[in-house]
Amino acid sequence: MTYLSKSPWILHYDASSCNGCDIEVLAALTPVYDVERFGIVNTGNPKHADVFLITGGINSQNVEIVKNLYEQMPNPKVVVAIGICAASGGVFRECYNVSGGIDTVIPVDVYVPGCAARPESIIDGVVTALGILEQKKLAMNVNPGTGKKSPGET
Amino acid sequence: MIPIVNAIIYILLAPIIGGLVAGIDRKVTARMQGRVGPPLLQPFYDVGKLFEKETVVVTISQNFHVLSYLVFMAVSGALFFSGGDFLLVIFAFTLSHIFLVLGAYSSYSPYSHVGAERELIQIIAYEPMIILTAVGMYLVTQSFNISDIIASSVPVIMYLPGVFVGYLMVLTIKLRKSPFDLSTSHHAHQEIVKGVTTDFSGPNLAKIEIAHWYEYVVLLGVVYLFFGFNPIIAIAAIIIAYFLEIVIDNTFSRAKWQMTLKTAWLIAGAIGIVNLATLYYLRGGVWL
Repeated sequence: MTYLSKSPWILHYDASSCNGCDIEVLAALTPVYDVERFGIVNTGNPKHADVFLITGGINSQNVEIVKNLYEQMPNPKVVVAIGICAASGGVFRECYNVSGGIDTVIPVDVYVPGCAARPESIIDGVVTALGILEQKKLAMNVNPGTGKKSPGET
Repeated sequence: MIPIVNAIIYILLAPIIGGLVAGIDRKVTARMQGRVGPPLLQPFYDVGKLFEKETVVVTISQNFHVLSYLVFMAVSGALFFSGGDFLLVIFAFTLSHIFLVLGAYSSYSPYSHVGAERELIQIIAYEPMIILTAVGMYLVTQSFNISDIIASSVPVIMYLPGVFVGYLMVLTIKLRKSPFDLSTSHHAHQEIVKGVTTDFSGPNLAKIEIAHWYEYVVLLGVVYLFFGFNPIIAIAAIIIAYFLEIVIDNTFSRAKWQMTLKTAWLIAGAIGIVNLATLYYLRGGVWL
């Protein structure tokens, strides 16, 4: 057990979502669900974040921004794609300007389905991501050189 | 006890006490907002986590500045608790913050620069009142040495109520509490990303956090000096003062920097200086 899973700081980015999933992400931070119980803090800063929560299907204008945010996060890090648009592009999949899912741009660790994803499933997704975060940390300890890049990252 | 032992005890114990204070702060804040809140040891988990992260450095000089911030904060506290000169404590204290500002300026992020500028404004805002606190202590106890101030049986608070109120106001700025958390904040306000800490990550951010814990203990130690004649009252005063800061934190929105500067100087001028002037007048116009 590392400290990582006790203090996951999240970064939330809206990659051309309809705001439905974003509202649910923020709902998880309100007193009703109070994720700070688990040490989860919403940082507005990729350099402080461990978990990248990303909603929407990524259009051609924010491809670079998403890549930039992902690269600024120090390892170990995990990406949670929230909502069906983030998973596959959803109803916007065929649009001329939509990449169709977060995993077309950056590697994704956890997919949280739903339109909009419910706060309970978002919290469940983040908890699943924490397990992956631990594994990545252990992999970094075994092989410090390989920890610089996540698997699948080019 | 010999001063050096006190200094070593401070260096070893202050991060633990400071971290616990931060944990209690987060818990009480959560309860005030109708939440359960994080575990008491959450600040330690956070720092432990930050040390586990990869070290990403924007410019090499950052490392030096952050380390200097931590070291000079520890030196300032060690001087304080070994009964050294109050003015020297203040100088080391200010120097450590200047290193934090330099660290933020050494990166290329505009958010970091805005944070650094705001941190400088905060230093300008609180510094006069901190100096007035030292001068007030001197007027009452006739010494700048912490060891003499603490040993004197004079109830300092009876002579310096105005200075104490001014100090409490400055404490709000120093603890990064809400009307005056301009440069960076413990809350999720994000208009300048994370201000002065924007470009620090992983172990460097952890060092800043530990320096902040050292700072908590020094600042609350100064509250103790006002009530040094009776340790029980002093500790009660520290608890009440800190609780008051949390209440203020949760009831005010953030002020602009202009207002921070004006209020800090107005209160330092109106209450602090008037307090000292009255003391001077009552003493028959003699600086003791």
